[in-house]
Order: sequence, then C-alpha cells, then structure tokens
Amino acid sequence: MAHAQSHTKRIWIVFWILSAITIVEVALGIYKPEALNLTSILGTSPLNWIFIILTLAKAYGITWSFMHMEGEKTWFRRAVVWTAVFLIIYLVTLLLIEGDYLYSTLAPLVRW
Amino acid sequence: MEANIAVPNDKKPTWGGGGVRPFGASYGKMMMWFFIVSDALTFSAFLAAYGLTRFKFIDSWPIADEVFTHVPFVHGDFPMIYVAFMTFVLIFSSVTMVLAVDAGHHMNKKKVTIYMLLTIIGGIIFVGSQAWEWNTFINGTYGAVKTTDGKILQFVDSEGKQIALADFVVGDRGDIREQHTKKNGLWFEEESTIAQYSIAQIISSYEANPDVQIRTELIDLEKKQKTILSREKGSEELAKTRLVVEGANLEVNEYGNTIFADFFFFITGFHGFHVLSGIIFNIIIFFNVILGTYEKRGHYEMVEKVGLYWHFVDLVWVFVFTFFYLV
Repeated sequence: MAHAQSHTKRIWIVFWILSAITIVEVALGIYKPEALNLTSILGTSPLNWIFIILTLAKAYGITWSFMHMEGEKTWFRRAVVWTAVFLIIYLVTLLLIEGDYLYSTLAPLVRW
Repeated sequence: MEANIAVPNDKKPTWGGGGVRPFGASYGKMMMWFFIVSDALTFSAFLAAYGLTRFKFIDSWPIADEVFTHVPFVHGDFPMIYVAFMTFVLIFSSVTMVLAVDAGHHMNKKKVTIYMLLTIIGGIIFVGSQAWEWNTFINGTYGAVKTTDGKILQFVDSEGKQIALADFVVGDRGDIREQHTKKNGLWFEEESTIAQYSIAQIISSYEANPDVQIRTELIDLEKKQKTILSREKGSEELAKTRLVVEGANLEVNEYGNTIFADFFFFITGFHGFHVLSGIIFNIIIFFNVILGTYEKRGHYEMVEKVGLYWHFVDLVWVFVFTFFYLV
C-alpha cells in the first residue's frame, strides 16, 4: 500500500486475461461442441468442468489481483480464503449429494 | 471498571482497535474482508440450494440457452450474448475501480475522480441491463400451457423450433371472458390477468394445425434436449391443460419448473441489490473524493475498502454467470 509504484500495466493485463476467459466461455456456451457436451467425465460433461475451472481461474484473478489479496499477510489471506473455500466445498458437496438422492427417490414417481 | 472497558491511553481511536494493526491490515479493511467472507457464504448457500434443486429435477430443468435468448433492440435468438455483455460491463467497472484505488495510492485526486465516475456508470449500466433482463423474463416470449399434473407444455414447429401461442392459435376464444376491472364491476373484487387465449382455443388450434408439435420438460439425456411428443401423445397431454401461462412469476413459469424462476428472481435479485448498494457506496465515496475528504485525511483507504466490496460483487457475478447461464 505504501509503496508508490504504479500497477496500471498489470491491471490491464489481468483485465485482458479475464476478458479472454469470458470470451472462451461464451463461445463454448453458444456452440456447445458435442464431443465436450454429450460425453461424461467425473459425474458431468467435460464442458461443465471447463466452465467450472475457467470460473475458478477468473475468481483467482479477481481476488488476487483486483482485491490485492497477494499483498496481504500470509495468515490473513489464509484466514479469509481457507475459511471460505472449506465451508463452501463442504456445503456444496452435502447439498449436491442430497439433491441427487432426492432425484433418485422422487423421479421414479413422476410419469412423463 | 477499568478492567472491563477500553480506555484510550495513547490518544488513538479505540473503535479502530486502538491503532493496533493485526496482520498489518487496518481495522476497516480487515472487517470488510470478514464481511465479504460471510456474504460469500450467503451467496454460496443460494447457489448450492440452486444446485440441489437442479439435481432434484435433473431430468426436466429448463435449458438456459432456450430461456435467455434476447438482446435489446434486436429480434431473433442470441443465447448468452447479452449476459456476456453484462459480464464485460462488470469486469470493466472492476478495472476502473482498481485503477481508482491505484490512483489513490499516488494521491492523484483527479484520476481517482474520473475512475470512480466510470465505475459508477458501469454499475448503473449493469443494473439497467438486469432490469431489462427481468422484464423480458417476466413478460415471456412464447407462452405455454400447464397441465393438471403441474407440467409445462411448450409448442414447437415441424423443425422443433419453439413457436409462440400467437403463431398458431387462431379463431375465437370460445368463452366470452373479459378482464374484470374495478371500474366496470365490483370495486372490491380483483382478478388476475386473463391469458390472451382460452384453453379450448389452443386445443382446437393444435388439432387443426398438423405442423404444431408439443415439447415437454423432459430432457433427452443422450442429446441434452427437451423431448418432443408425437401428435397423438401431444393431444393426450394437451387435454390435461389447466392453465395458459404467459411469462414467469413466482407461481408459474412458461420456461418450465416454477422454482427455476424463483431462483432466478432470488439470486439475480440479491446480486442486483448488492450492485445497487455498491453504486450508492461508490457515489458517496465519489463525492467525498471531490470534496477532498481523503486529500485532507492523507490517504485514500476508503476508496480501497469500497473497492473490495465492488470487486466482490463482480466475483459473485462470475459464479452466477457460470452456474445460471453456462453449466
């Protein structure tokens, strides 16, 4: 914070990376290549995994560069990031397992 | 008493931790980070609940590409384009925000002012876009019918492309239904909007037009597309019609599962509310910058703190974008 050199150039580089990721996501979302969309790997399509990984990459870019997390003290960073990441993974895992269970229990009762 | 209350003994403000800076972060900045953690958990809970519900109805969930296809001032199907634009607006306003913070480190009042203004404009464009998106979603495009067993039936042409009720429904309503208004009836009675077409009219138009087919919510998991029924099966399903649905609200939804609309309103609404409050914070800080408050204070840390909040709103949108529109 106190150091006065400018980060302007780096900010724009991060911006272009984030934009490029978004363009890739949108292009994949519009064209949905069959090889990626209609196959399955680790429970969902490769396309969905690509979306999730690109999203996490964007989240990393925003947090580390724009929110300047990289400049914070190590254990402050961990207090924020580890707490949030752990609780979110925990919650999402439980809820998705529960949702899958609900589907397997209720879907046979629905007549199409 | 002295054992229990904080007595400032070094002339530093007690509310700010008495000048103590654990982790080298100021009180305000640290509290903003911890607020962001708790807010992130709130949003995660919403998105995780969305995930649970989607998994619960995995074989009939609406396909986002078929729901969000509109771009203002242009006719036709452009899935994703407008949300992508909104994402860019938000990323760009994040960049101007971080440039404002950077200019603040150099005590460059003029640059901070300009970048704050650009950030506010970006935020307003985003919220406006979201309002437009809501409006389009609420008004609906095609119209559908809901059956007695709670399923949504949509209409497609012979090529499987969705068509609106207005594209094939002909003839007269059949019933002489008119919208009740307070002016021409009982002033204390209200009636919800009557659909443009009657159920009988839709059924007879369907029977009369062999090009029209019916699409159910059921997803063909091989092709990841909604199932189109044969004419006979369609006629059978259509006979169960209970309600003509045009658009979406918290109770009915022409795109499919009602709870999809509920989540749409809830999650994008909650995010939009965050953007709105972010804009208000930014405006307050913007005027403080113009008035020279931070110049006098000797640092622009307030810009940084509000910046953290603004980036967080962007961060949340990245996830909403993925899980609502892409996956």
